[in-house]
Amino acid sequence: MASHSFLHSTSRHVAGAIGSPRLKETEVTGNEKIAPGIYRLTFPRKDNFVPGQTLALTTDQCIPARYYSIASGCNDPFIEIVYDLVPEGTLTPRLVRLRPADRLFVSEPIGSFIDDEYESVWIAAGTGVAPFASMARSGLLAGKFLVQGSRTLAGLYLRGYFSSVLGERYVPCCSTEAGEGVFFGRTTAWLARADLSPEGKYLLCGSSGMVVDVRDILIARGVLFQRVISEIYF
Amino acid sequence: MSESLFGATIAGLGHIAKEAGLPPYAAQQLGDWLYRKNATSFAEMVNLPRRAREWLSERYSIDTPGPIKATESQDGTRKYLFPAARGGFVEAAWIPEGKRATLCLSVQVGCKMGCLFCMTGKQGFQGHLSAGEILNQYRSLPERDTVTNIVYMGMGEPMDNLSNVLESLELLCSPDGYGLSPSRVTVSTVGLLPAMKEFLERARCHLAVSMHSPFEEERRMLMPVENVYPLKEVLAVLRDRPLGRQRRISFEYIMFKGVNDSDRHAREVAKILNGIRCRVNLISFHPIPGTPLAPSPRETMERFEQELKRRGVLTTIRRSRGLDISAACGMLSTRELVRLRAESE
Repeated sequence: MASHSFLHSTSRHVAGAIGSPRLKETEVTGNEKIAPGIYRLTFPRKDNFVPGQTLALTTDQCIPARYYSIASGCNDPFIEIVYDLVPEGTLTPRLVRLRPADRLFVSEPIGSFIDDEYESVWIAAGTGVAPFASMARSGLLAGKFLVQGSRTLAGLYLRGYFSSVLGERYVPCCSTEAGEGVFFGRTTAWLARADLSPEGKYLLCGSSGMVVDVRDILIARGVLFQRVISEIYF
Repeated sequence: MSESLFGATIAGLGHIAKEAGLPPYAAQQLGDWLYRKNATSFAEMVNLPRRAREWLSERYSIDTPGPIKATESQDGTRKYLFPAARGGFVEAAWIPEGKRATLCLSVQVGCKMGCLFCMTGKQGFQGHLSAGEILNQYRSLPERDTVTNIVYMGMGEPMDNLSNVLESLELLCSPDGYGLSPSRVTVSTVGLLPAMKEFLERARCHLAVSMHSPFEEERRMLMPVENVYPLKEVLAVLRDRPLGRQRRISFEYIMFKGVNDSDRHAREVAKILNGIRCRVNLISFHPIPGTPLAPSPRETMERFEQELKRRGVLTTIRRSRGLDISAACGMLSTRELVRLRAESE
């Protein structure tokens, strides 16, 4: 059978990927598996950024870049991102094979997803915890409450860190495994029963499905939509 | 299951023709059968050698499934449900208006953008449509011969499925494809910038940008994409890249009561659009379950329109069509089917 690529115009694009922004070459300093299917990638920080920003990266300029939230603090000398391996995807199977000193192409940090209020609730699913990790590591912890969800206990990235810095203001949720101090169930199940302030500020980050479901719950519980800010992975 | 040849570009068909041992001009012949003569089998392609037809049949299919459900509105709009190859369904709407008829087609099963006011976003994202599946909504439309305009304003974000959208546009507008004029096609976007820039370079169709608020903080609450690609950056790109007189830029503005429908908003819209040759389409909000937004009253919309016109902005109020069958702007969704499928699995 002819290659699938013959059916389409000669193009450097892969179906479903967005066009790439301007990229600069850098070097991988670390790439480790932190949980089944979840990885942590680091490289030197060459640009300043504001916690909550994202950047695009790729292993090869012919492979369309994807966007990831920065998980490291703004004063760290390196950039850290966490990513899910998508076996049928184009980029992440290449990302997992990177070793220190391998080259990587990254964009400047872009966007704005910063928590500008003292008291707010952060709600994250999976690798969606990254922008909140960046905010926390950048010193923006006071008055914050974090609800972090994952399918597995191992997927609760930085669970120990958040527990130590937030204490009772941290609620990890796991939908498939029970663990000490972990709510057994989906984040949405915890939120459905939680005491939520309608005037509170809520920052959400995760897949579109998660964000939409959580936002619907918050609004149904009386939270003003103007108080809900969402960051969706696409 | 063999791969469908429907949706292959002429260049792609050229590669296939070569593999089949056919001369280069066979690409145009294949395109003619697929896109002009609407062949449903290779056996019909009588101007190709039988050996080549058999070779193609062994390796490829021609998948052009018709709609599996049709609903008709009191205003004549028809909504069609099409199956997607990898499971899931999409909706398309045929909207007649006198001698014109617009086809509103979808590019993804669901959508990732999570806009507060859109029903498609509520079902999440299930997959991209291939170029063939996008085109099939036109090819298999019972009223295909009446269509004068096509808008990519159905389910999904076109710039999030750019390569398939571009290939479908190439075939729609190519003389070797369906031969439609690019001036009859409009593609919408929330403003995914890198892809939008590429679209402006590679396509010749009109562009419609979803604005819905001229204020960054407010737009952020309505459209999460504002966090990554602020409207001001989208406008900067459009301001710096004049498209000529053949291509039109429009801004879609759904009006929500008490949210974005004030005189202050109108003034700001006019201000930020200064320097961009464009038009604004004001759209009545069509309420969806669980969303705390309400439509602006008609008189508020008219006042907003007048305020924009007074400030030199070409503005229209779009007439809502297909409301009674949930075919109007922001209402397309196959969420219930997604839920039923998940339950059965």
